[in-house]
Amino acid sequence: MNGMSLIVKKVTQLMSGLIFMYGLYIITHGHLTPGGGFAGGAIVAGAFILLILAFGSKVISLRTEKSQTSITESLALLIVIILAGAGLFFGSYVFFNNYLPEGEVGELISAGVIPLYNIFVGMEVSAALLTIFLGLVIYKEEVAS
Amino acid sequence: METLLSILIGFMIIGALYALHARDLLSALIAQGIVGYGLVICFLNLRAPDLAIVQIVVETITLIVMVAVVLNSSREEVRESWNRNKVLNIMSSLLIIGILVYVFAIMIGPLQPFGEHTTRMSEFYTQNGAEATGSANLVTGVLFDFRGYDTLGEATILFTAALGVITILRSKSKKESTS
Repeated sequence: MNGMSLIVKKVTQLMSGLIFMYGLYIITHGHLTPGGGFAGGAIVAGAFILLILAFGSKVISLRTEKSQTSITESLALLIVIILAGAGLFFGSYVFFNNYLPEGEVGELISAGVIPLYNIFVGMEVSAALLTIFLGLVIYKEEVAS
Repeated sequence: METLLSILIGFMIIGALYALHARDLLSALIAQGIVGYGLVICFLNLRAPDLAIVQIVVETITLIVMVAVVLNSSREEVRESWNRNKVLNIMSSLLIIGILVYVFAIMIGPLQPFGEHTTRMSEFYTQNGAEATGSANLVTGVLFDFRGYDTLGEATILFTAALGVITILRSKSKKESTS
């Protein structure tokens, strides 16, 4: 897959880090400000998609990246289910129970398990969107060649 | 508020109709973008920034993927001749439109005015949500605490979508690499 022109590459170099950090901010502050796992994960995936589209890449490295994102996605979803299932053993024995101490409303570390859910759902969403994108790109490369 | 929303939804309807009838598929995609980004402005005006962020990012990614697909295949839409029974088509669509308008007029009668919720559950969530979950953002508190199963289902849907994509698109490469 070929990259784009010099201008696009330079702007991507400047912007993609900012987009990535903004996605991480949206994920980690999901319980304080608007956003959360889904929005932040989609933004993080957008940063990677921008990089791949602007710079281009070889099929082999894309394939290893796809296997990595696939593993990340599956592990993140598994961790979400384990976190939810751990509620069966603490507190009031309910699935999706909020068993960690809640802390003060408005602090960064508060709200019990909700930040952990945000982080892992964000990982899952970003890895899943990247996997779909990489699957389509690799298929196109293989058909074209 | 309601007039602004009506204007936006009118624009979205025009964009969707143009996307249906455009000859060039690229312009159809851009007209379809009107629907998505108009929905973003609707969400922002209804004070739902969470949904607006998700919608604008997902709309952009989908548009990128669709533009890549259109640029790599034919840009012209395949025209089907539909000179079958025009009278029957028009009569049935008019009938369905009439039934839909009638049922809708019946259904919106007992509803509360725009923007006022009615159920006791939502009262409880908006009053006690912050203390019950400890989350300052009520939407995240509802999504991951009160409605945890919903979020788990959404994540599973995305996981299944990725699984389907890599399952459908990999068959050729696997066969070639093994043989």
